[in-house]
Amino acid sequence: MRNVGKMTIDTPGDREVVMTRVFDAPRQLVYDAYTKPELIARWLIGPPGWTMPVCEVDLKVGGTYHYGWQSADGKKMGSHGIYQEIVPPERVVVTESFDDPWYPGEAVATTTFVEAGGRTTMTMSVQYDSKQTRDMVVKTGMEGGVACSFDHLEQILASQLQSARS
Amino acid sequence: MVKQQLNSQQLDATFAALADPTRRAILARLAAGDASVNELAEPFDMSQPAISKHLRVLERAGLISRSREAQRRPCRLEAKPLAAADEWLERYREFWEASFDRLDSLLEEMKAQKKSEKLQKNRRKKS
Repeated sequence: MRNVGKMTIDTPGDREVVMTRVFDAPRQLVYDAYTKPELIARWLIGPPGWTMPVCEVDLKVGGTYHYGWQSADGKKMGSHGIYQEIVPPERVVVTESFDDPWYPGEAVATTTFVEAGGRTTMTMSVQYDSKQTRDMVVKTGMEGGVACSFDHLEQILASQLQSARS
Repeated sequence: MVKQQLNSQQLDATFAALADPTRRAILARLAAGDASVNELAEPFDMSQPAISKHLRVLERAGLISRSREAQRRPCRLEAKPLAAADEWLERYREFWEASFDRLDSLLEEMKAQKKSEKLQKNRRKKS
């Protein structure tokens, strides 16, 4: 069961954030769960208290997807995009925009599924439109998969000041 | 809905302001205490107008405020928008972790179903 269940976040290259997760299942099943709307709506829901009332998938190159979530206290969140490349059950490339954008420009998400010994490693690589945007996304809280409190953010900002001075 | 729109615009402004390394460094300096434009310009090897331009972006994003009274008009770090941006990202990470855990259970269910389909097929073959 090595690595199963552990999510990692990494930042190779200039514009990417790469998230990996190992699942204890063959890749055809993981691919199905990731691409079929009736299955997506059963897991891509987020923390308890959220629901996914909108899950529309037109799985073909040039087709669109639209996901919409809602929390018990009325918060809403949505994302949409256009499929660029589909290679079942190996690879899906899709553009990603949030309905309420929280970073500038459009991102491109490449998801790959690699099976070894009955387990599947899913790798989601999100490429942002510039190094600046990627760094902003990472430095404001996602690095190492560790959420940073405001105190932590201050520390990061302080270390940047030091490197700006040196 | 209107409130949400405002929050979203506020977040846009916050993230756009944070996207620049000089502005992040200015915020870091202000985390250590209030400072005037001159004091802020000093470590950056930048002209005062260039720094003032960055300060206007930060002010519009609500990340800093500037005193109207004192002659040197010191800048002050405003924590609230930063905290809101941080909360958003924390929610994003939580979102994926919780979703992936749920996907684990769904895959177990799918595997079990496949297995029982296979068994039924084999039984049918035998009979």
